[in-house]
Amino acid sequence: MTTIEIPADMELVYEYPKSLTEAYMHYCPGCTHGVIHRLVAEVLDELDVREKTIGIAPVGCSVLAYYYFDVDMAEAAHGRAPAMATGLKRVSPDKVVFTYQGDGDLASIGIAEIIYAANRGEMFTTIFVNNAIYGMTGGQMAPTTLPGQKTTSSPTGRDVETAGWPMKVAELLAVLPGSAYITRQAVLDVPGIRRTKKALKLAFQAQLEGLGFSMVEILSTCSTNWHMGPAEALEWAKEHMVPYYPLGDTKVSDGVRALMESK
Amino acid sequence: MIMTKELWEGNAAIAEAAICAGVEAFFGYPITPQTEVLEHFSKRLPEEGRVFLQAESEVASINMVYGAACAGARVMTSSSSPGVSLMQEGISYIACSEVPAVVTNIMRGGPGLGNVQPAQGDYFQAVKSAGHGDYHMIALAASSVQEAIDLMVLAFDLADKYRTVVIFIADGAIGQMMEPAEMPPLRPVRPPEERVAWALTGAKGREHNIITSLYLGAENLEQVNLRLQAKLKKIAANEVRWQEYSTEDADFLLVAFGTVGRICQTVVREARAQGMKVGLVRPITLWPFPSARIAELAGRVKGILTVEMNAGQMVEDVRLAVEGACPVRFYGRMGGVIPLPDDILPELDKLDAGVASGREVQS
Amino acid sequence: MQEEIIISGFGGQGTLFAGQLLAYAAMDSGHHVTWIPSYGPEMRGGKARCTVIVSDEEIGAPLVRRPSAAIVLNIPSMEAFEPTIKPGGTLVVNSSLVPQRSERDDIRVIYAPATDIAEELGNARMANVICLAALVEATGVVTLDEVKQALEDHLPARHRKLLGLNKEAMDKGAALAKAGGGG
Repeated sequence: MTTIEIPADMELVYEYPKSLTEAYMHYCPGCTHGVIHRLVAEVLDELDVREKTIGIAPVGCSVLAYYYFDVDMAEAAHGRAPAMATGLKRVSPDKVVFTYQGDGDLASIGIAEIIYAANRGEMFTTIFVNNAIYGMTGGQMAPTTLPGQKTTSSPTGRDVETAGWPMKVAELLAVLPGSAYITRQAVLDVPGIRRTKKALKLAFQAQLEGLGFSMVEILSTCSTNWHMGPAEALEWAKEHMVPYYPLGDTKVSDGVRALMESK
Repeated sequence: MIMTKELWEGNAAIAEAAICAGVEAFFGYPITPQTEVLEHFSKRLPEEGRVFLQAESEVASINMVYGAACAGARVMTSSSSPGVSLMQEGISYIACSEVPAVVTNIMRGGPGLGNVQPAQGDYFQAVKSAGHGDYHMIALAASSVQEAIDLMVLAFDLADKYRTVVIFIADGAIGQMMEPAEMPPLRPVRPPEERVAWALTGAKGREHNIITSLYLGAENLEQVNLRLQAKLKKIAANEVRWQEYSTEDADFLLVAFGTVGRICQTVVREARAQGMKVGLVRPITLWPFPSARIAELAGRVKGILTVEMNAGQMVEDVRLAVEGACPVRFYGRMGGVIPLPDDILPELDKLDAGVASGREVQS
Repeated sequence: MQEEIIISGFGGQGTLFAGQLLAYAAMDSGHHVTWIPSYGPEMRGGKARCTVIVSDEEIGAPLVRRPSAAIVLNIPSMEAFEPTIKPGGTLVVNSSLVPQRSERDDIRVIYAPATDIAEELGNARMANVICLAALVEATGVVTLDEVKQALEDHLPARHRKLLGLNKEAMDKGAALAKAGGGG
C-alpha cells in the first residue's frame, strides 16, 4: 500500500483497514459482501486484535474471504466452519476467532455445527450473511429463501408445504443458554450499515470478554441471482426480507448487557 | 520378569499413549468398540490441563481436529468403522491442506451398522482412502497392546514430519483386550508460542497464513497434486514397516495384519510342529505396503496365503506385489468371526496340495 | 507352559474381573498374558466371558477354540465349554447354579458350590474368586498367593472393605480343589 504523509493542517478521517488485504474482491457488482468484509476489518482494527485474529472461511460466495482479510485464515468444508473454529479456539484460547458464513453453509448443511457451537458457548464470533439464496452455485433455493420466492430450484416459488419454512437462525440460536449475543442486522442502507458495525464490535467484544458465543446475522442481497439491479435488490430486501426476518437483538446475556452499559 | 509393565486394555492404552506422545486435544464421539478411548481421554486430558471435547458427531469431530491442527496443535480423534466413514470428507480436506492429524479406527463388523465385533473390513478405507481425490493416509496396524502404544507415538511423529493424516487401525479385539505393556515417557506438550511457522497463530510481524484445500484453476490444482504425490512417494520410500517370522527357510508364506497377524504366529508354530515350513509377513504399515519385501519372498516360496477378517482386501495388494510370481490364496472370515489357527491350518494344506498338483496357479 | 483359560457366566457374576485378577497375577509373576472379553449387548444378565492365556513365550492367538481350562458359572456356560476342554484339562463348575455333572473322564472336574459358600461368607458375588482359587490350585498356572497379591493391588477402592472376606473365600475355593473338588 502506498502511504502518504498527512499534512499538518489536515485530520485523518478515513483510511484503508489494516485487516483487509489489497486484493481485488471477486464479488459481483452490487454484492454486500464487500461492505461486510470492510465492517469486520474496521472492527478488528479498532479493537486492535488483527495480529491475534484467526478467521474461518465457508463454502459459498465468500469462500475466498481468506484472500481479503489480512489475518490468519483457514478454509472449511461446507458448513463445518463452527467445528473448525471450536477446535482452533480450544487450543488457542488467547486468540480472536471468527467464522464468516453464508445461509446455505450455516443454516442448511452446517446447522448442527452452529447450534452445538452456540450451545456450548464457544468463545468465537460468527458473521452470518443471509441473502436468501445460494449464490455460488447459481441461485438455488436456500434454507432462508422466502415463501413464494423463485429460484432455479424453486421455479414456481418456494412452496412451504413441500420445502418447509425459511430458517430463522437468530431466533433459533437465541434460545440456547450458551449464546451470549445474537443479533440480526441489515446492510441495506447507511444507518443499517452503521448499526451492523456496532453489532459486530459488540460481538467481538463479547468474545474478548469471554462471555460466550456471539453471532451477527446480516441481511444482505444477491442482485445477480435475484435478477435485479443493486438498488432494486436493496429495496426488495427491505420490503420482503425484513418483515420475515425482523431486525434487532434476539439474545443479550447479562454479561453482554453489562458490557453494553459500560461502553 | 516384566515387572515394569502394567496390564493395559488396548483402547485405554491407545489414549494414554497419545497423551504420552504430547497430544494437546482430542475431539470424538462415542461408538462401540472404541468408546473407552474417548472415556480415557475424558478423564486424563483435563488432569493434564489439555483439551477434551465430546463433539456432536464424527463429522464435527474431524473438523474440530482440522481446526486445532490448523492452529499447529497435536490433535487426534478416534472412532469405529461407521464413524470413520462419516469423517472421510474432513480427512480429504486435511490431507489436501497438509496439516498433521491422527485418526484411530477400532474396526467393527460392517457394512452398514454391522455389529460391534472385531473386523478388518475397513482396510480399503484406510489404505486406498475413502475420501474424494488423490491422497493416501499413512495407515498403521497394531497386533498387540504394546504395539498399539508404540504406533500411536509413531503416528504423531509421522503426522508432524510429513504434515499428513495418519490413521491407526486396529480391530476391536486389540481395543478390548488387556496385555502387559509399558508406556513411553510422558513428553511435555509443545507450548503454543512454539507452534510451527505455517500454523494459524495470528499474523504478527509476518504475512497472514492461509490454510486451504481450494485451488481454482486446473494447473494450480495439478501442481498441488504433484506436490502431494511427491510427498507420498517419499513416505513410501522411507516409512514401510513390517515384521517377519520364520521366513528364512519358508516354503509357504502367510501374510496377515492386526489380530490375524498374531494368530498367524501361532499358525507358523503349529504348522512347523507338523513339519510344514511356514513363515509370516505381518505388515505394520498397511500404506505404504511392504510390497517390495513380499515380492522378494514370492520368488522364494511355493505359495502365499493371505488371511484377513474381511472378504479379501489386503490380498489385492499382496497380489499386486507378487505379480504372479507364485500362487496367492485367500482365507477370510467376516462379521466379527475371528479365524483361529485350526481354521487356518487346513487352508495351508489346501495351498500345499494345490501347488503340488499344479491346480493352484498364480491368481 | 501355556494355559488357555475361559471364564464364563452371566454379566454381573464377575467373570471379567476374575479373569483380570488372573491376568494381573500372571503378569506380576513374570508371564506373558492376554485377557480378552466377549459379551453381548446387555450391561447385565447377558453372557459374559473372557479368555485368559498365560504363557512362557510370546502369545500369538489371544483366543482359542479348545481351552486347557475353564470356569463355568452358569448352565449355558457349562453347556458351551465343558465339551471343548482339551484332554487333560481342568473344569471348575459353580455347582450352586449348575446342577449337571460332566460325563468326561479325560479332564479334571472340580465342583465348587461357590455361590452357596459365598453367601455363607456374606456376599454371593464372591463366587467368582472362589472358583478362580480352585482353578489356580488345580492347574498351578500361578500360585494362590500371587492371586491374593493381585487382588490386594487391583481391587477397586469401593470394594476394599471386602478384601479380607475375598481372601477367606479364596482359601475355601483352593481347599475344595485340594480335596479333590467333589462338592
